[in-house]
Amino acid sequence: MAVDPLIELRDVNKYFGKLHVLQDINLTVGRGEVVVVIGPSGSGKSTLCRTINRLETIESGHIFIDGEPLPEEGKGLAQLRAEVGMVFQSFNLFAHKTVLANVSLAQLKVRGRKKDQADRRSRELLERVGLAEQADKFPAQLSGGQQQRVAIARALAMDPKALLFDEPTSALDPEMINEVLEVMRQLAREGMTMVVVTHEMGFARSAANRVVFMADGRIVEDRTPEDFFTAPESDRAKDFLSKILKH
Amino acid sequence: MDVLTDNFSLYGKGFLGTVELTVYASLLALALGFVMASFRVAPVSSLRAIGTVWVAVLRNTPLTLLFFAVLLGLPRFGLVLPFQLFAVLALGCYTSAFICEALRSGINTVPTGQGEAARSLGMSFSQTLSNVVLPQAFRSVIPPVGSTLIALAKNSAIAGAFSVTELLGTYKTLNELGYSIIWSFVWIAVGYLIITLAISALFNLMEKRWGVAR
Repeated sequence: MAVDPLIELRDVNKYFGKLHVLQDINLTVGRGEVVVVIGPSGSGKSTLCRTINRLETIESGHIFIDGEPLPEEGKGLAQLRAEVGMVFQSFNLFAHKTVLANVSLAQLKVRGRKKDQADRRSRELLERVGLAEQADKFPAQLSGGQQQRVAIARALAMDPKALLFDEPTSALDPEMINEVLEVMRQLAREGMTMVVVTHEMGFARSAANRVVFMADGRIVEDRTPEDFFTAPESDRAKDFLSKILKH
Repeated sequence: MDVLTDNFSLYGKGFLGTVELTVYASLLALALGFVMASFRVAPVSSLRAIGTVWVAVLRNTPLTLLFFAVLLGLPRFGLVLPFQLFAVLALGCYTSAFICEALRSGINTVPTGQGEAARSLGMSFSQTLSNVVLPQAFRSVIPPVGSTLIALAKNSAIAGAFSVTELLGTYKTLNELGYSIIWSFVWIAVGYLIITLAISALFNLMEKRWGVAR
């Protein structure tokens, strides 16, 4: 269905030792599309997300970003990573830097922006995620939800073509999940290309264009959220949904 | 008391000799240790191998043996330098292995996720190391690096056996002049104390200033 593919994975295979964690993965994410990846733990969905900017290497297959093959190492890889933002489960903010400096750092070092220019952009983005007042605090002084929103602002500061979310709300207290999801929904509405690994079925239903269901290292279903949640085809997906949607 | 006042210039020279050895060898050890620690965590496997071999060889060689190797070995290859410089080389290289490991343990205290985050933003390995990992590693390695440099100050006494002017070596002259050996050594010990306490004071200060806030 994707007319203008931004992220393409072709026959991707990856092993952790003997464990075949990604098996012949084929996935295309179009520009402006929001793809939610769900599945039981250990199904390889986080690994899939991390291969897209080569935080995990792959054994075989091809990954293309915006038509270009993913470079193996060095400068080319760094440049590509700057175009693909990533948000992690554990936020991974730089603990020794203020919130503002966290968002500005890569703008200075990678994009070569001037300090006042970078800081202005950072404040804009912090405003956008609702954290303008926290700019001069350190990450440890913020709640988990706030830290994750800073992490999103930090990824956005590079003006990426796409954003990868690796279980962005899994480490959060329940009452903080929504503030992060709200920011993500807004990004989706603005047309950001997103790959989101999550357990938030509500988000998948409301914000995703497609739901990719993974199990045992394979993509089992790849459909619209409506279809997937109302009429899953595979037994594996039925089983998974019955377990999580009961309560 | 006489032994100090009568031979103040001799003590002074020895003291300065030890201070010089300590300062120069410390600088060399810190610089080399820094480079080797970067090698040991580098993504390039040949660099990692160099770092590993460096640490394995130098950390596991007795310092006296290393002095012999440098002072007697290097001239055979046509490299003739003042003995003090040889001593700085031996001490500096030896200590750099320990500094390297202290730094590496500090690097390991920084959560890997922060390195991944930096890389995912497009920062290179060296940018990640210098902007994210090392500033945080630095805070946690202040105490062990201080201990290592104190050990270096005391190890510099070995240089005296290779006719480099330093504090411990002064005892020979004093002994020949017939001074009480006990008092000679007491004042030598005081000299070392001044140096080592100065180092620990410096590192205490640094820890207060930059140490990890808990």
